[in-house]
Amino acid sequence: MADTSVHLQQQQPSRSRDLDKLLLRPGNLVGPRFEPGTELRDDLQAFAKVLVVGAGGLGCELLKDLALTGFCNLEVIDMDRIEVTNLNRQFLFRLEDVGKPKAEVAAKRVMERISGVDIVPHFCRIEDKDIEFYNDFSIIALGLDSIEARSYINNVACSFLEYDSDDNPREETIKPMVDGGTEGFKGHARVIMPGITPCFECTIWLFPPQVKFPLCTLAETPRTAAHCIEYAHLIKWDEVHRGVPFDPDNPNNMKWVYDEAVKRAELFGIPGVTYSFTQGVVKNIIPAIASTNAIISAACALETLKIATECSKTLSNYLTYNGSEGLHTKVTEFERDRDCLVCGPGIRIELDPSITLQKFMDLLEEHPKLQLSKASVTHRGKNLYMQAPPVLEEMTRSNLTLSLFNLMGKLPKDIVHVNGMTSKNDQKTSCLRKLHVVFKGVDGVADMDTAGGA
Amino acid sequence: MAEPKVKYDRQLRIWGDQGQAALEKSNICLLNCGPTGSETLKNLVLGGIGSITVVDGSKVEVGDLGNNFLVDESSLGQSKAKCVCSFLQELNDAVKAKYVEEYPDALIETNPSFFSQFTLVIATQLVESSMVKLDLICRNANVILIFARSYGLTGFVRISLKEHTVIESKPEHFLDDLRLNNPWPELKRFAEGFDLNVQDPVVHKHIPYVVILVKVADEWAKSHGGGLPSTREEKREFKELLKAGMVAQDEDNYKEAIESSFKVFAPRGISSELQQMLNDSSTEVDSSSSDFWVLVAALKDFVTNEGGGETPLEGSIPDMTSSTEQYVNLQNIYQAKAEADILAIERVTKNTLKKIGRDPNSIPRATIKSFCKNARKLKVCRYRLIADEFNSPNLPELQKYLTDEDYSIAMGIYILLRAVDRFAANYNSFPGQFDNAMDEDISRLKSTAVGLLNDLGCNSATLAEDLINEMCRFGAAELHAVAALVGGIASQEAIKLITRQFVPISGTYIFNGIDHKSQLLLL
Repeated sequence: MADTSVHLQQQQPSRSRDLDKLLLRPGNLVGPRFEPGTELRDDLQAFAKVLVVGAGGLGCELLKDLALTGFCNLEVIDMDRIEVTNLNRQFLFRLEDVGKPKAEVAAKRVMERISGVDIVPHFCRIEDKDIEFYNDFSIIALGLDSIEARSYINNVACSFLEYDSDDNPREETIKPMVDGGTEGFKGHARVIMPGITPCFECTIWLFPPQVKFPLCTLAETPRTAAHCIEYAHLIKWDEVHRGVPFDPDNPNNMKWVYDEAVKRAELFGIPGVTYSFTQGVVKNIIPAIASTNAIISAACALETLKIATECSKTLSNYLTYNGSEGLHTKVTEFERDRDCLVCGPGIRIELDPSITLQKFMDLLEEHPKLQLSKASVTHRGKNLYMQAPPVLEEMTRSNLTLSLFNLMGKLPKDIVHVNGMTSKNDQKTSCLRKLHVVFKGVDGVADMDTAGGA
Repeated sequence: MAEPKVKYDRQLRIWGDQGQAALEKSNICLLNCGPTGSETLKNLVLGGIGSITVVDGSKVEVGDLGNNFLVDESSLGQSKAKCVCSFLQELNDAVKAKYVEEYPDALIETNPSFFSQFTLVIATQLVESSMVKLDLICRNANVILIFARSYGLTGFVRISLKEHTVIESKPEHFLDDLRLNNPWPELKRFAEGFDLNVQDPVVHKHIPYVVILVKVADEWAKSHGGGLPSTREEKREFKELLKAGMVAQDEDNYKEAIESSFKVFAPRGISSELQQMLNDSSTEVDSSSSDFWVLVAALKDFVTNEGGGETPLEGSIPDMTSSTEQYVNLQNIYQAKAEADILAIERVTKNTLKKIGRDPNSIPRATIKSFCKNARKLKVCRYRLIADEFNSPNLPELQKYLTDEDYSIAMGIYILLRAVDRFAANYNSFPGQFDNAMDEDISRLKSTAVGLLNDLGCNSATLAEDLINEMCRFGAAELHAVAALVGGIASQEAIKLITRQFVPISGTYIFNGIDHKSQLLLL
């Protein structure tokens, strides 16, 4: 580079003054495909597209962090509306925003302050989007507080993953995810490269079940014993004991809540309220603060930049954070579950070319590993059968009696995505599975070893 | 303004009304409002800090728009402190926000008394020479100080104050205080009211495990000369004895008793950490002693006398299989003992206060109660002066860190973060700050770092070349994500220090954004 151009570069004021140091200069502790230069920076701005899932404590931070980390094309999806209790940490929201959709307000606020950044909000459930919607992003960043939602996005991202004939993941089909989570002073940040690092499902044991109830449920529609207890603890106590604080270590206080919870449970015919359970619920509510969200989101944003540019080493692959007693951070390299139903090479199903779509769906329900009911089936983005909405169901119903082989364009083998319900620990959960359908006796595949469910 | 109770609900669950009140009373000063400082204050303002004063002499430049969310295009050319301050005010109108358009380095030189008005000073992006000066000013004025720095993909956070004492340290995992290894008479009597051979199986499976353990331990002591199980073999036998008491397979209370039997084996008395605190010279109290040390002095008296070697009882019990009635009765036994212990501590405290010439009622009962409940969890954090650490670090630790696989990168970052300031003092720019002198800067930074290591007494130590190169590549860049992370930690520490809850970090926290293997260094 000629001296004059260097001089010019220094003189020119640039928004990316600081980021340029990282993106334009060669480094030693970087990824193997790091190619520093203005092209990298410009490509990041022009082509990298990141979806932020959740516009809450983590999501607000993530949008700001990513927008100030060189990403210009962002989208955000969240089904919630803003509440007063969000305001102690979700810094993109103001009191006058209460009641408005989080995704819309968050996107607007960030765009107002950072020019050149485009953020598309989606005020809906993550399940409301077509699966293909998610395939449009280079990276998906998760700022969620529920296992179910994480699991769903993980299913979707892993469904794009394809393996070659040696069961190695095809690189261009890997949909990287960056996931953050917080609780009080604790949190985690992780990088998921489906097919390479463990997916959410591989390490599902890391997440103990969580409990969280909206106040309206407690006040109007209690369903479980825990709802009755929280009603007595959070609402009834204050109504009756005005000004007297509730002390969970005071046995008489606890007993009072227990008695009220029992009354309510009897009133609603809900079983299961015990003294011991009352204690468990009363002492367990998930708290949230601004600092932990900021820390975890920043770690996630940094990793998103690294995945997109390889400008440094990446987190491999799970960071735990605890700031309550001093400060402890730890990086753990978790391993993939080779038999994972979600990110593994997929379940191989061998079929007779004459099988109908209906019969295929029946097989899924009986399949020992899948036990998949209420299936909706898509092939290469085309809906073969959809359970809902009714319009689509009606449109696709006639396919049920047609041959799956024909519906799949007479391909000897291909991937089919099935969305449906499966039971896990006696509970029905929605799931998305990727299946390798192989038709027997077509193009010589009949000789292959095709033990079902491998 | 919505009721703050609702707005702050999720944080009140962590630090309670008292913690919140402390935050709302505090007066914070921020030095330099680049992204690290701005993000630190953002988190504190959201949480409802009392008042803030932003000190920064610079004007907003185009480059600032790319790393700081608290300034925008309309701020260009204006005072950065003013713009940041006005956005912070927008975040929370309950916070009193002020700004001073002055360079912190200059303010430290010219107006040291400026800092004494604050509860806490958060100093971001200061170079070493200013850190050392500010540290002395704050130490003398008894103002809490937090340093935070973001530098490329690295950074650090360091707290500085003479002493920080914590009653409510709120550890996550802490053994409950059941005294199964040393039951007091009322608990023994309560246990005696139960018959472990009761015929009714429903009654049998609802005997609380605390009762089972107290009774079986008593039985054991009688046949073992008054002792409790201590060897591996004895512990096994004790568990067998418990198992033999079961009348059915599904007796959860007995399963709990077996799982909790280690509580019987646990050594009596207080932890070595607490013993060390009781031995501290600060327990020789006088009129200048803090409430905390007056209470520790009372605790020392209690442990030696009434307590018989134990702290006041915490008073709460964990959940366990039991009938509601018996569980509540058991809770009452523990509560009553805790209350009696509080009274004893209160008595000693009043006497001590009188002796040192203070109003005997000057420590509120609520404080004494909380102190007793947390007696086993008390924390004292003391911090070296920055100048002391910089001039004479703990050499054995430093050498250990340099060679330890888990610490060497963090230690390297620590040395290099200091070396860049020396570099800047010598060459008037940070290494790699400009594109045209990279190679020269790398070798200069290397020799500066080696010189620093020599000065610290580590003559043979070497730093990874890769890390030196990276440091030059960073060129003093303040990246938003790193600033948000480092600022997040700084704000978290501010909250812990102001609320006097949880335990602040003890040494220098080195952030390693390269692979996230960050470390705490105690030098």
